[in-house]
Formats: sequence, structure tokens, C-alpha cells
Amino acid sequence: MRTSKCDVVVVGVGGQGVILISEIIGRAALKSDLTVRGAETHGMAQRGGSVVNYIRVGCRYSAMVSPGKADVLLALEPAEALRYAHFLSPEGTALVNTKPVMPVTVTTGVATYPQIEEIIEPLTRMCKEVKTIDATSLAAQAGHPQAANVVMLGALSKYLPIEREVLAEALEETVPPKFLEINKKALELGKIEVE
Amino acid sequence: MREYLLGNVAIAKGILEAGAGVIAGYPGTPSSEIVDTLAPLAKDLGIHVEWSVNEKVALEVAIGAAWTGTRAVATMKHVGLNVAADPFMTSAYLGVKGGLVVISADDPYCHSSQNEQDTRRYALFARVPCLDPADPQEARDMTLLAFDLSEEFGIPVLVRPTTRVSHARSDVLVGAPKKRLDNPKFEKDPACRVALPIHARPLHVELLAKQERIEAALEKMPWNQFTKRGNVGVIASGIAGLYAEEAIAELEADVTLLRIGTCPPPQKMIAELLEHVQKVMVIEEMDPITEEFTERIARKVNPEVEILGKATGHIPGTGELDPFAVRNAIAKLLDEDAIDAPALDPEVEKILPPRPPALCPGCSHRAAYYAMKKAFGKDAVYPNDIGCYTMGVQMGTVDTCLCMGASITIAAGIRFGGEERNICCVLGDSTFLHAGLPGLLNAAYNKARMTITILDNSITAMTGHQSNPSSGCTACGDATAPVSLEEVSRSLGAGLVETIDPYDLDASIEAFERARDYDGLSVVVAKRACVIDAVRHGIRRPGFRVIEDKCTGCKKCVRFGCPAIEFDEVAKINALCSGCGVCAQICPNDAIEVAE
Repeated sequence: MRTSKCDVVVVGVGGQGVILISEIIGRAALKSDLTVRGAETHGMAQRGGSVVNYIRVGCRYSAMVSPGKADVLLALEPAEALRYAHFLSPEGTALVNTKPVMPVTVTTGVATYPQIEEIIEPLTRMCKEVKTIDATSLAAQAGHPQAANVVMLGALSKYLPIEREVLAEALEETVPPKFLEINKKALELGKIEVE
Repeated sequence: MREYLLGNVAIAKGILEAGAGVIAGYPGTPSSEIVDTLAPLAKDLGIHVEWSVNEKVALEVAIGAAWTGTRAVATMKHVGLNVAADPFMTSAYLGVKGGLVVISADDPYCHSSQNEQDTRRYALFARVPCLDPADPQEARDMTLLAFDLSEEFGIPVLVRPTTRVSHARSDVLVGAPKKRLDNPKFEKDPACRVALPIHARPLHVELLAKQERIEAALEKMPWNQFTKRGNVGVIASGIAGLYAEEAIAELEADVTLLRIGTCPPPQKMIAELLEHVQKVMVIEEMDPITEEFTERIARKVNPEVEILGKATGHIPGTGELDPFAVRNAIAKLLDEDAIDAPALDPEVEKILPPRPPALCPGCSHRAAYYAMKKAFGKDAVYPNDIGCYTMGVQMGTVDTCLCMGASITIAAGIRFGGEERNICCVLGDSTFLHAGLPGLLNAAYNKARMTITILDNSITAMTGHQSNPSSGCTACGDATAPVSLEEVSRSLGAGLVETIDPYDLDASIEAFERARDYDGLSVVVAKRACVIDAVRHGIRRPGFRVIEDKCTGCKKCVRFGCPAIEFDEVAKINALCSGCGVCAQICPNDAIEVAE
């Protein structure tokens, strides 16, 4: 028996705005009268480290998504997509921002960063569909590269059991007014990208 | 009203709904957001919210408040309760008037902690009831009810969320804040407030005498839920109960389930389950507390029953559980096949660069460590402490980390143990004020020759930038005189005290050399705002760039380890640069300059 309507795993690097995505989806789920669960990374793990958040829409159990069960893997960074690829259901979708963030192990020459093809190819074998999105450029186009998280949320909106208008309303209530226009554009650009 | 809330925010709401008047805590992941949430609301609600200097202080402040009849709370992480254990143990004897709730957040898997200790052990140790929430809604509900329980039995009550509750989000039903008590008053009652032996003896008798009534009350709590089905059973405590419920639904299994939300656990319900089943699995994170109760009860009511759990190796004794692990454990209980955990192909995994957490670009701790290592050398001994700066382990300047404030005392012990090399220990301002002061006093008093470095960014950074006595403001934002770390160090007995700006590399190295050569106890205070905090206060410094023609590719800057410095034949400074300028001072070829 399925125990959740939609399980999403959001991954990225500390500081990319992973938590904002959870806040907006949570708010939108409440407006849609759906139960919602989320889990996030705080403290030590945040400082430039790899972060993973879980969001379960239409779920009344715990916030944790099991490996092999994610309907969507939303990756704000490509290497992180691969790091958490085992969460994907074989029927799932991976949405991947193609802009890398170099870990300190790479900048100091201890490790090397793989080619983007080396990341995407194994992903395609682990789920039904992989969509690559140049979210950072699209966010820059919307007004600020930092809004890449909202571009990715826009792409995710196609897969959520939540009306897009409701998600846009939730975005409006969550982001500071001075960045609202940029974020609205970013959400729209992300939506178009997966259509 | 239904809101999408973080577990810790849900707890804060429960505290307000209970009408608590005093909330004191010391930051520690995963507990910090409780006070973070309440502090900005304190003035409007007329309540007292403070960041205390440590957990013992926080709990004593809360006990004092509860003795006036005001409802009070102390918040901390699990290891904080070790610091507060002294007042905690005896407060169970002396009791309370206003409800006193102690929130101690556990961290299975050590996401952000130095150990995995189970707060429920403290509950049993002190004979204090403990509530064990499974999700943010239960965390709010239990916090609210804990005050009633505390007042009914005149005893502190523990609430023990875990990381996956404190940092989970969920739709939570909350109510309005309640006004705090109107006429608080401390009433003199030496027999109950003065822990002299003559008072403590009868109070201990009384504490034991009320256990039966407390257990009867806990037994009836709504979070202890018995669902009678087939003759195979699961007993699951706290968040494991939620995992078990999901696994049973997923497996569509005919399993009898007892979900437990209290410690001590409901012993009558456990007995009833044991009489009904032939085989039972006990599932809980960390210590096998419910399992031990189950074994004890089984000996009386059904010695034949097969009990699976940590003792039999069916449930791991360390780390955190998750729905996947619990699903497989229950499948095994039902003699069904476990599912293999999907995993990344090891060949693919090899191409992934590790991404450990690191000091921020421009973090002054990195600069201070660099200067320290230049002066003291690779061979010196570097005892360290708890904070962001523990991540300096990658720089070779972190040799020990035990608990809050132990850098200084361990350093002294290493000296007295016979180590003759130079010793330079390191801790942050908040950790120094938390538990470093007695260590410094002791080192000075007992004549330890060593150097103490206080990395002073005037904030408790790791846990989310909480204020402390060096910050110049209280938790609620009121201005207060910042304590001078230099003057405190001098008055506690440090013979030499140096202050440095870590961004000024040469001056810092010279100061560390003087401290190193001082024949006694020396202190170096490295003063520089946290880069994250500086940006939040609108301080932006121009970034730096590499003059490619001048760069010889020596990689000295790269080895500094700042995430803003990359290398591709020549060094390159990326957009993460926060403009500290230390790399420009390290470069032997003057190849790094301020970007136009």
C-alpha cells in the first residue's frame, strides 16, 4: 500500500535555499487541505556540506522518505543528484540543476569533479526520466542567480499534487516582498522548462 | 489553526499555549530554534526569554522561576543535560510549584553532536517522567501537557524530541498563547527548598512514593496506543512508532501494535500485549529501555514469548532508525523477505567528490589557525573544543574534542601528564563563557604553561548565531555590556593576554609567537566577526582576484583551504570570496589583489 501521495527528496549544498522549497510546498499543501511532512538538515551538516531534505505531500506518517521510494529527486546541484540517486523510485523523475558547486575537496585538489555526462548517464538508469535544467542561468535571467531554488520549484510543480496557482500564492506569502517579482519569474521559467 | 511548522517551533507554540513565563536555554543542535522562536515574541507577551551561559545555569533559572509559581522551561541538547545534571537530579527531590518542563533534544546518528546518549536514561535516573514525541504535532501537544503533569505531581517533566522531530516539519494544530501567572511569589518552605540531608532523606522517600501515581497517569496518556490485531506484536517507542505504523500499513500486515510516547512506558499495556502475542519485536532508537521493561514484564506474564530487539540483533543499537530499516525489521518478524536497500553502483560512487562541511569562505578561524600553526608548528599539541572551529581538523590544528570547555582542561592535563612540546588549545567565545572559565582559572592556579586561544566572533555561530555575554545584546535584542574576554582572562590569572585581528596575518603570527614563548599561561583573543553574521549586518568587503601573469602555480593559497580559491594551472578566486584578504598576504608573489 502507498503511504504518501507524493514523495520528494530535495538535495543540494548548504546555502542554496533548500529549506525555502520545503516551506513553500508545505504552505501550499495546507491551502490544498493535504497533510504534509518535511525533514531538513541543520547545524554542522549545513556549512557548505551536502544537504538533503524530504517532503511528503499527502502523508500522515514520518517525514523520512525511504531509498527507492522518491517520486521526484529535485537536485539543486548535479553531483548531489548522483549522491542521493538511490532514493529514486524506478518510476521516478530526477530534476537536475546542471550548474556545479565545487566542494572544497575539489578546489584544494584532493578530488576531481566529474563531467556532467558522467553524472546524468547513471541517473537515467535509475529512474524513468531525467530532466536537466540550467536553473542558475534561468534564475539570473529572472533577476538573480540565487533564485535557482525557485526555478527548480517551478519545474517540480508539474509533479506535485498541488495546483500551480496555489503554489504561486504560497510563494508570494513566503518570500520577502522585495524579491517577489524575481521569484515569480523564476517559478514561471522553471515551469516552462519541463513542459 | 493548522500551520506548517518545524518541530521546535511547534514546541515553542506549546510553551506559549501553556502560559509559561520564563524560558531559559543554551543553544545546541537540534534544540536551538525553541528559544530562537520565543525570544522575538517575549516583549509583546511580557515573558522572560534568555540565552543562559550554559545549561546548568538555564535549568537553575527555570527552577527558581518555577518556585515562584510561574511556569518555566529549560531547553538544551542531550549533552547539555549532562552539564545540568546536578540541579536536575536534586530538583526531582525538591519539586516545583509552577510547572517546570525540561526539553532535552537527542541526536541519534550524531548529526551534529559528539555522542548518542539517550535522555530517557536521565528520566529513569532522576525518577522524573519523560514524554517522547514522534512528530511535531505530538511535540506541541506533549509540551503543553507536560506543564499540567509537572504541577499535578510537583516534579520537573522531561520532553525528549530527537533530531527527526525537532527538525521535521508538519501540519500542526495550534492554539492561542495563554497569559502567564498573575501573582507569582516565592514562598519560604525550607523543608522543600533546602536540600540539607535532614530534608533530602524524607524527600527521597516522597519521590519514590509518587512513582506509582506518576506511572498510572502516564499509562493513560493518549500517545500510548494499543491496536490489537494478530498474535505477532510490535512495541515501538517515540518516532519508531510512526515508522512501525507506516511499515505495517505498507506491508498490510496483521500485526498488533503498541505505540509508546512515555518513559517509564505503560507497563499494563505492555503486559496486555505480551499476554496476546507469541512473538514481539521492540523497536526504539538508542538505548533498549522499552525492551528492558518488556523483558522484565514478560518474565511475569508470559515467559514463553519470543522477544526480538536490540539484544537479539534485530534492531541496531547505534545510529538512527528510518522507515526502511523498520520495514525490513518487521518483515523479518513476519518471516517475509527483506528488501535490499537500493544503493548507488560503487563504481559510480567513486567519481563523486566528497563534500564535507567546511569553514566558510573568509572565516577568520581559518586565518587564526594558519597564523597559529606558523608560530607553533606542526608538532605542537592543539586541544580543541565544540563549535564551527572543530572543522579546523582538516588544517591539522585540532587534536582533541571532548565536550564543552574541555580544550583548556585537557590541555592542562596533557601538560601535567608530562608532554613537553608547546600546547595551544582553542575554543570559541561562547564555549569559553559556557565552561571555559573554570578551566582557565584552574590552569592559572595550578601553573600550567600553555596557550589558550579564544576565537572571538562574539556570537554562538554553529547553532545559528545566538547571542551570548560577549555579543553586547540579550536573546531578546536588548543592549547589554559585552564582557571583555581579555579582562576576564587577566583576572582569572593569565599572565600574558594578546588581542589579534586574524585578518592581519603578520601581526597575528607575532602575537602567537609571544604567547608561545611566554613562561606561564598565555591567552590570545582572536577577534573578528563571523562572516555570515557580518553579511547579515550589511558589512560587505570587496572580493579579491588573481593576477594570472604573476601566479607561479605554487598552490600556497590553495592549501590555505578556502572554498573561494580554485586552481586550474593558475589559482583562481571564485564568487564565494568574502574579501578577507588573507590569501593575498599568504601569496609569496604578490599575485592576489583586490578586484576592481
